[in-house]
Amino acid sequence: MSQIISMFSYQFMQRALIVGVLVSLCAALLGVSLVLKRYSMIGDGLSHVGFGALAIASAFNLAPLAVAVPVVVAAAILMLRLNHNNAVKGDAAIAMISSSSLAIGVICVSLTTGMNTDVSSYMFGSVLSLSSGDAVLSVILSLAVLGLFILFYPRLFAVTFDESFSRATGTRTELYNSLLAVLTAVTVVLGMRMMGALLISSLIIFPALSAMCLCRSFKSVVIASAIISVLCFLFGLVFSYFFETPTGASIVAADLICYGLFRLFAGRK
Amino acid sequence: MAILECENLGFSYEGKRVLEGVNFSLNAGDYLCVVGENGSGKSTLIKGLLGLKAPDEGSIRLSDGLKATEIGYLPQQTQVQRDFPASVYEVVLSGCLNSLGSSLFYSKELKRRALENMERMGIDDIKNRSYQTLSGGQQQRVLLARALCATKKLLLLDEPVTGLDPIASGEMYNLIKLINLCDNISVIMVSHDIHEAVRYATHILHLGHKQLFFGSAAEYRESSLARRFLGGARI
Repeated sequence: MSQIISMFSYQFMQRALIVGVLVSLCAALLGVSLVLKRYSMIGDGLSHVGFGALAIASAFNLAPLAVAVPVVVAAAILMLRLNHNNAVKGDAAIAMISSSSLAIGVICVSLTTGMNTDVSSYMFGSVLSLSSGDAVLSVILSLAVLGLFILFYPRLFAVTFDESFSRATGTRTELYNSLLAVLTAVTVVLGMRMMGALLISSLIIFPALSAMCLCRSFKSVVIASAIISVLCFLFGLVFSYFFETPTGASIVAADLICYGLFRLFAGRK
Repeated sequence: MAILECENLGFSYEGKRVLEGVNFSLNAGDYLCVVGENGSGKSTLIKGLLGLKAPDEGSIRLSDGLKATEIGYLPQQTQVQRDFPASVYEVVLSGCLNSLGSSLFYSKELKRRALENMERMGIDDIKNRSYQTLSGGQQQRVLLARALCATKKLLLLDEPVTGLDPIASGEMYNLIKLINLCDNISVIMVSHDIHEAVRYATHILHLGHKQLFFGSAAEYRESSLARRFLGGARI
């Protein structure tokens, strides 16, 4: 226990803890809607766009979050549009955008700083990468995401469960779909620094899937997903500190084990 | 008194005409069944009535204080819904969405309305059951209770018995007729099942890219169109 207390005496660990818990909460809440609406791929696609944006920001010495947040939000809205447009199939369009962003990011990095530890930290995350400015912005944005999710909960439920009914009763479903996409975009960018571009989407998908193994009402799925997400994050963080494993990967592994156990348990019932 | 009047209604998709010349009116308490083959324009008409698709000619007039967003709509189920983790109560309550106005959460009164409609549909005992574990018939009752939360005057049902076994279908038809008669809620139902349509409905609208028939169910039974549609059998 004293070791855990000493672990959080480091400032970077305190930051990682605060931002991580908030981002895990956001990702878990949004994840339930995204998984049920079959939008999981959007989260994955957005993280690659985020990588491209971060690479460009660092090449030009710009503040990473200030560049990445607007770019990824724009990409999220674009992907949502493409999903409803039949000219290019939605999943193909997402794959196209995400791999293109990755390519642009990699070219940008190799032309400027070269492939160094920075790039690796974007890809796989690092608890050291959060500056205090980033941390403050992350806290503000994630509180905004949580607040909006709670305030619009009844409408988000209705739009997730049945878009045609919601539209027929006068709900602006496109507005709420866009809200979901924008909130997801912000969460992805915030979580990316710690989790890494390649791993962040699991933060969105795993807790929701685990919660669905056990819970049967929407509200309980949302609450369970939030709890699972935060616990797995804490476990992964502590584990990575003591065993010197990469933080993002440890958190994903914790989520995977949790999902496996829940699946087994649900299968036995 | 007419609560809904359609005058020379026509719809197109990307310049291609899919439905035209629709003229009918619906009085309070009417039970209108819309029949026709696949692709005859039934779904388009529903979208038009709900205000989700603008007609490119003609008009839809709602009167008696009815708004397009206050029609109790029962859409066809999607695969996403069949295994959606939500309790019966959560689904029914979401029918009160159009009464939320600018408030963010459901008031006590709306929650009571949801409970009342669950009692009416006989699903109050499965209030906390998960929607995904219900039988097809129970799921349709839940969606019907949700539709009732959204309306006081008009239900619009899109193929409500699709995928149900004969017993569950029969129960569903009886339930709809009961709502229609006891609560004086008008019903528009799109259906494939012409035999049941003429049995329960007061009026029939037969579509085939244009309006082929509109009138009372009794008149329809005598029409040559009905006989042809039924493959020569008289009903």
